[in-house]
Amino acid sequence: MSNLLEVNSVSKNFGDFKALNNVSISVPKGSIFGLLGPNGAGKTTLIRVINQITMPDSGSVFLDGVILNSNHIKDIGYLPEERGLYKSMKVGEQALYLAQLKGLSKAEAKTRLKYWFERLEIGDWWNKKIQELSKGMAQKIQFVVTVLHQPKLLIFDEPFSGFDPINANLIKDEILRLREDGATVIFSTHRMESVEELCDDIALIHKSNKILDGRLIDVKRQYKINTFEVGIRANDKLALQKELSDKFEVSVANFKTLEDELKLNIKLNNNNPNDLLNYLTNKGMVSHFVELIPSVNDIFIQTVKNN
Amino acid sequence: MNHLPLIIKREYLTKVKNKSFIVMTILSPMIMIVLISVVAYLSQLNNDKVRTITVLDESELVENTFKNSENTKYTILRDISLEDAKKIVKETASYGLLHINKSKDIDAISNDIKFFSEESPSITLISDLESQLEKKLTNIKLQQQGVDVAMINASKISIDIAQESFDGEKTSKIDSVVKLIFGGIAGYLLFMFIIIYGNMIMRSVIEEKTSRIIEVIISSVKPMQLMLGKIIGTSLAGITQFVIWIILGGVLMTIISLVFGIDVAEMQTPQQEVMQQAMANPDVNTKVENLITAFYNLPITNLIIAFLLFFISGYLLYSSLYAAIGAAVDNETDTQQFLLPIMLPLILAVYIGLFTVIEDPHGTVSTVFSFIPLTSPVVMLMRIPFGVPIWQQLVSLLLLIGTFIFTVWIAAKIYRVGILMYGKKPTYKELIKWIKY
Repeated sequence: MSNLLEVNSVSKNFGDFKALNNVSISVPKGSIFGLLGPNGAGKTTLIRVINQITMPDSGSVFLDGVILNSNHIKDIGYLPEERGLYKSMKVGEQALYLAQLKGLSKAEAKTRLKYWFERLEIGDWWNKKIQELSKGMAQKIQFVVTVLHQPKLLIFDEPFSGFDPINANLIKDEILRLREDGATVIFSTHRMESVEELCDDIALIHKSNKILDGRLIDVKRQYKINTFEVGIRANDKLALQKELSDKFEVSVANFKTLEDELKLNIKLNNNNPNDLLNYLTNKGMVSHFVELIPSVNDIFIQTVKNN
Repeated sequence: MNHLPLIIKREYLTKVKNKSFIVMTILSPMIMIVLISVVAYLSQLNNDKVRTITVLDESELVENTFKNSENTKYTILRDISLEDAKKIVKETASYGLLHINKSKDIDAISNDIKFFSEESPSITLISDLESQLEKKLTNIKLQQQGVDVAMINASKISIDIAQESFDGEKTSKIDSVVKLIFGGIAGYLLFMFIIIYGNMIMRSVIEEKTSRIIEVIISSVKPMQLMLGKIIGTSLAGITQFVIWIILGGVLMTIISLVFGIDVAEMQTPQQEVMQQAMANPDVNTKVENLITAFYNLPITNLIIAFLLFFISGYLLYSSLYAAIGAAVDNETDTQQFLLPIMLPLILAVYIGLFTVIEDPHGTVSTVFSFIPLTSPVVMLMRIPFGVPIWQQLVSLLLLIGTFIFTVWIAAKIYRVGILMYGKKPTYKELIKWIKY
């Protein structure tokens, strides 16, 4: 799969402060790319470089194989974290204006807006002023404006903040649908469960450096700890625990079950999980046998702490 | 992609459609006209009041000097003591009592003239009385010394020096006044325009920051384009407002003078009264002609072209500074520290224009300040009616445009960094750092 966006060793300094240090990322076409990192890591600066808001000191950015230039403005849709709309302007006028800035003709913008407004059931807001709308309502308009010009690359910075769960879900479905229609999405958020759910690829930025990237599944494999969470019903739990401790690296696990079972995390050292399972079935009734996959949250915390 | 027309259109329409803008546009000329009418009406009332002045002339030399006029009536008292006269004046609600003491010597008389009144009398009245008395007593003294007053009056000569430049261009004193008025209006107009619409630009930049739309906009538009679009759009709205003010003001003025019969125009400009008097007096008739030729004597073409060029460049120079300030701060209360340094040269320019240029339009101070970019638009506009060599105008204009381009460049730097900065009250040191980013 080819890459839609290539960021090659981009650096950016603000005075003495290094905001980005030699950061490179590749965003595959048609993927949802999670851009992660603690507050102040440099995510927003990177996003602004991609949007040509900030010029990098060094390094280059390619979109669809072409070095980034002003023609790409219409190919990118950007929903910033710090977002808002003109408070005293009417919803329709405002959306038309913003769409025209992205290169749509007025007529085309109008048709598409009508479609989106109906789709999100906000058609009757056209003549309302933004200051009359609630925050969540304004966010919906903002979302429509971001995707209206059908850009190749969509950049969402914390897209779900300000939405109730129902609307957040609605927006999530729209993002997935847009991806199906061929858009590539860069997704920056602190909500790890949505990264888990949506992202195909991730990159982790910490203190201006990229410290981790790749396909989410590869990253998880890389952080695999070969540990299984096991629940087993045995008559003498203590004896069994001692026996297992001698053979494997064992710690007490915490999960909910119906019966009173022995709950352990068992780390295998190059052993076949089947051998462990066979071994366990001889000791009692196995009710729970799950490989522990590191969550994005764990990976995030672990990597950031180690750096 | 060039979005400039789109941005200009939006800025213009949002300004023009704004409720407070509409209210201001319509209400301001009305308030102005009402104020002028009230003032005119009141001064008319004041003029209509007839004052009675009681005169007790014990010397019996000047009592027939005083002629009743429209606003002042004189009552002459005779053969009565000063104390009684005072009582009478108090009872009759007369405005005051003028007392001239008895003496043989004219100088002694002139040194012993008093005016008694309840309140302190109006200055114009006193100086009017003084001049009448002076004239009369001087004549009496001249006669006493055997001088023929009629002869003196007949020998009076009035001088009006005709002014002519080496190129043969004729001018007069009235010319200077006309030039002054033209220059003053041009300079002051620019000053007002900068303050009103510069602030409007600044507020509009701050609004985009506080509503947090700026990052969305800036991902589609270059900051420079956005800034220029804002400046041009707001200026067009300003011009619209000015034109409406002028038209509306004119119409209202006509309506009011027709309906209420108050001659607003006459009240408002005492010059017109002078003109009317001049018409009646054949001697001064030439002066009116001078006034008309004075208009023709103005370097009209130069004036118009220079006005447009200096007005536009000067305004753009200042408005880009206003835009940069708007970008640097989060809210209007933080703007003060930055506004002061740009207000100072502006106010300085107006003062130099009003005092120095009038005194000596081609003096060192006027000339120097008509070259310094921040003051040159106002000062030069005030100087030009007096005839400034074209090379001076060109040099000043080039300096101004050069500074304007430099300022826009600096302002754009501050702007593009500032619009994305939140929560910090920037210092000058920080602004300089932004320019280097």
